[in-house]
Amino acid sequence: MKFGVVVFPGSNCDSDCFHVIKDVINEDVEYIWHDSDEKLTGFDCIILPGGFSYGDYLRAGAIARFSKIMPRIEEFAQNGGLVIGICNGFQILTESHLLPGALIRNKNLKFICSDQYVKVVNTNTPFTNLYKEGEVINLPIAHGEGNYVVDEETLKQIIQNQQIVLQYCDKYGNVNDETNPNGSILNIAGICNKEKNVFGLMPHPERSSEKILGCEDGKRVFLSIVNYLKSR
Amino acid sequence: MLKAEIFVYLKKSISDPPGIAVLNSLKSLGFDNVEKVRMGKYIVVYLNENDIEKAKELVKLMCEKLLCNPVMEEYKFNILEE
Repeated sequence: MKFGVVVFPGSNCDSDCFHVIKDVINEDVEYIWHDSDEKLTGFDCIILPGGFSYGDYLRAGAIARFSKIMPRIEEFAQNGGLVIGICNGFQILTESHLLPGALIRNKNLKFICSDQYVKVVNTNTPFTNLYKEGEVINLPIAHGEGNYVVDEETLKQIIQNQQIVLQYCDKYGNVNDETNPNGSILNIAGICNKEKNVFGLMPHPERSSEKILGCEDGKRVFLSIVNYLKSR
Repeated sequence: MLKAEIFVYLKKSISDPPGIAVLNSLKSLGFDNVEKVRMGKYIVVYLNENDIEKAKELVKLMCEKLLCNPVMEEYKFNILEE
């Protein structure tokens, strides 16, 4: 089983993701430079890490979306490969239309860096199958543009197709305006595509995958991927 | 040479947090008649091109491909002689 972590100029969570895959869940992992246009053969899951990509001054992810590696990732996803985009990776996935919607400035205009309770609303995905439905987990968030927006028609479709995977909430699982850190529609923190093999989320599961960091609620995202790939 | 002035702005249906912040600031300065503020981007592209129709086509393509995200934004532009 092999993971690939894409490195954009500006990525700063690439090492965290690499570390979690290699040292925490003990799977094979390789960095992939964004300017590579080599076919993604031999990989089972591609991670687009967080922490900025070049060209975010136009829109987060807008220029990175045209990196040479992106057509390869699109091809990989179309063939059923697993792709997970975390934070800036999520923004790149929406910019490249691998996921619906877009991410705009946080409602309060502040860059938010804090722990955040998140509810797992869909466990029927390759990325969340080891969580319990409705489970409240704690994941760190760190973003300035995490306010998820989508037009009404698409929103209807993503609800109907059960594409909403994570929602911001409080520790009791309440999902409302008070428990929404950035203004995202329906408190959306993470969504997947219709086929469920592409997942984007603003919280950082890689930063909560070890007890030494205070919480390991995020580790099951990566273990779910392994579990899915093994049972396939 | 032609110059394209491109305006990219959020769709009406999308909330605009920076616009709301500026609105509140203008009101606090006493500009009570301000109803609404929308923020956007102003991009200038210089083109090595003299045919206005060709330039329009090119700029439209640039907007649709990169400068504007049609999920949340709209655009308009003017082509000027530089």
